Amino acid sequence: MAQYLIEMKDISKTFPLVKANDKVNFSVKKGEIHALVGENGAGKSTLMSILYGLYQADEGEIFIDGQKTNIYNPNIAIENKIGMVHQHFMLVPPLTVAENVILGMEPRRNYFFIDLKKAASDIKELSEKYGFKIDPWAKIEDVSVGIQQRVEIIKVLYRGAEILILDEPTAVLTPQEVEELFKILKSLKGQGKTIVFITHKLNEVMALSDRVTVMRDGKMVGTKVTSQTNTSEIATLMVGREVLLTTSKAEQTIGKTVLRLEKVNAFNQHKYHVLKDISLTVKEGQILGIAGVEGNGQTELVEVITGLKPISGGKMYLYEKDITGLSPRKLRELHIAHIPEDRRKRGFIADYSVAENLVLGSHYKSPFVKGCFLNPPEIRGYANKLIKDYDIRPAVKENLLKSLSGGNQQKVIVARELEREPNLLIAAQPTRGLDVGSIEFVHKQILKERSKGKAILLISAELDEILSLSDEIAVIYEGKIVEIMVNKNIDRGKLGLLMTGVHK
Amino acid sequence: MFSSIISPDFFASAIRIAIPLALAGLGGVYSEKSGVVNIGLEGMMLTSAFIAVAGTNFTKNVWFGILFAVIIGILLGLIHAIVSVSFKANQIVSGVAINLFASGITVFLSWLWFHETQIMALKNLPTWGFKVPNPGEASSLVRGLIVIFAHHSPLVYITLVIIIISQILIFRTPFGLRLRSVGEYPQAADTLGINVVQMRYIAVLISGGLAGLAGSVLSIEQAHFFVKEMSGGRGFIALAAMIFGKWTPFGTAAAALLFGIGEALAIRVQGVYTIPVQFINMIPYLLAILVLVGAIGRATAPAASGTPYEKEIS
Repeated sequence: MAQYLIEMKDISKTFPLVKANDKVNFSVKKGEIHALVGENGAGKSTLMSILYGLYQADEGEIFIDGQKTNIYNPNIAIENKIGMVHQHFMLVPPLTVAENVILGMEPRRNYFFIDLKKAASDIKELSEKYGFKIDPWAKIEDVSVGIQQRVEIIKVLYRGAEILILDEPTAVLTPQEVEELFKILKSLKGQGKTIVFITHKLNEVMALSDRVTVMRDGKMVGTKVTSQTNTSEIATLMVGREVLLTTSKAEQTIGKTVLRLEKVNAFNQHKYHVLKDISLTVKEGQILGIAGVEGNGQTELVEVITGLKPISGGKMYLYEKDITGLSPRKLRELHIAHIPEDRRKRGFIADYSVAENLVLGSHYKSPFVKGCFLNPPEIRGYANKLIKDYDIRPAVKENLLKSLSGGNQQKVIVARELEREPNLLIAAQPTRGLDVGSIEFVHKQILKERSKGKAILLISAELDEILSLSDEIAVIYEGKIVEIMVNKNIDRGKLGLLMTGVHK
Repeated sequence: MFSSIISPDFFASAIRIAIPLALAGLGGVYSEKSGVVNIGLEGMMLTSAFIAVAGTNFTKNVWFGILFAVIIGILLGLIHAIVSVSFKANQIVSGVAINLFASGITVFLSWLWFHETQIMALKNLPTWGFKVPNPGEASSLVRGLIVIFAHHSPLVYITLVIIIISQILIFRTPFGLRLRSVGEYPQAADTLGINVVQMRYIAVLISGGLAGLAGSVLSIEQAHFFVKEMSGGRGFIALAAMIFGKWTPFGTAAAALLFGIGEALAIRVQGVYTIPVQFINMIPYLLAILVLVGAIGRATAPAASGTPYEKEIS
């Protein structure tokens, strides 16, 4: 047997305008969990897509168990027992779990028909072997994201995979689901499977992997044994400079109350009571963090404060002025800034340029309009200034926003919102899906606003983010604020219990 | 008065009228299930209606006429597939182009070959099934059943078989599962080694073939002649039937039958009441609009229908 189960040698791949992989060498040992890390756009997904046959490398060779293998489509990868769980799940929503699992290699009955019963029993057997529960007859569109991911893993195992590639498997999961995923991955490793997982969360690398490979700008910058390295070394390799992983914040004097919510109630479109008697205040120079498992009313809370969702009861005040029921535009004109949780949906217009996105929301005001026309020279000048101030890359104001990396898209949003001189900043999941460099940037900006004496409402599913930034923490569970506490010597375990509805 | 309209003969004619709608609608089902909108059904039907008559008259054999009609349907499907699957052009534009092309080419060829725009078919299809008994020979129930179900052109029976086979093919076989996955989420199908482009080609060619067969029913079976623009919007009604039938063969066939009843009603009511004929002719189309208004909220199209497949570039 060869020393390595997989060896990728001198892999290069160029897309129009981007060199995604540049002479990358990557190798994986049998039976290990190997983390592949790097910032967004470092070329991790491209490298794995080449291994799985979705793309062909321009140069380079792949050896599997010592055999040179030409993987020119996913069928070849599957034949070589390689399976991939994609970041965006490759599941067909209206089909059942069983149908999704067997798609492409259906068991047959009487040659002509699909044998769904056999498929279902095979799936049951597989899922029991690796210790997860799955209903083969459930439709994908009806099950949670965590379950969908298990279906993806089952799908790969059903094809007899010995090597599993997981592309950012935890990006969409709740903390509980992440823990269950890790259990499953460890059980798979226990059964002799080899796992490559792509991530940019360093704590996951430390918790799970045996070895870690770091990529930067399409190049491989190093492979380490996990037990012989630490997060700051990996972060430095990833970003190419030292990164502050922990944010330190200065003491700050608290000023007047900026936002006050009084017994706010709201229902969602299914008439479900999503916000129940929410009362909270945010003061000048203060960060109020909302901690909670996703789907407990955070989204609706933000929608209510930004005027996107009407409330059914209660009052909202800004500087003790009643703002209940005002339109989003009125609220923005009162200097409420909003970094939305789903940036693709609410943060920007993908087919507009950087410059156009930067003036969105102010586009109807002087100096960006002259009479009834837009004022391009002003917009250009403003865009150039913000691109420089916020280090948006590439620094081309004409680029469409969809062509930017996630981190730079977020910078555009942050720039636009902070330049509005907000009294209140609502930052919802501000670092979701961002790499360490961008996370550091966003955190710095938020703390800068705090030191300017602004009020900040921070909503995040990342407990670390809440704990490192907030002055006070409000825990939300099933639409209720169950506890508000000062962020000092907080017991994470207790916080976790509060988030899952277990009372003190 | 009304009972004289709703008779066995009425239902038999409703079935006959429904046949081309059902066939073309099935064509729509295959195509859209694979993710390709085929608005060119109308033009495929029209061209095939012409070719069916022309082929029959040249070969003096009605079955050859039908065969040519199906082949022309498949060729037009191939054009649609090349334009919209391989070259990823807008599927609606490609379909509209096929419709405009069909209007022109049929008139041009009928002048070129026959020097007129209305051509009689020299041969007709036989009738298969039981002989309709004379009054008195059998009870009115037996007579009614024979008229409705067992005294039709062969194409009626062939269509019924195609409907059943399609339902099984799409929902019970590996081919059908792959077809549906390609129309819902082609990226997922691609990662499992399913050839998205190939599946879409197959589906669009089947679609064209079925539209071709539908066209031959219009001219050979129903009218016994070809006249310009004789498809008269039936391709679009077929698409309505497909939507109302929620993109399933059985549902589409049932919806086609409903439209067939509407059109049969329109024919019967003409001359009975003093309603202007233009209003009566609106019945099937009104029915289509009403049905779509009622159905659109509940029915969901295949998610990737209308979008060309491109591998994502990260």
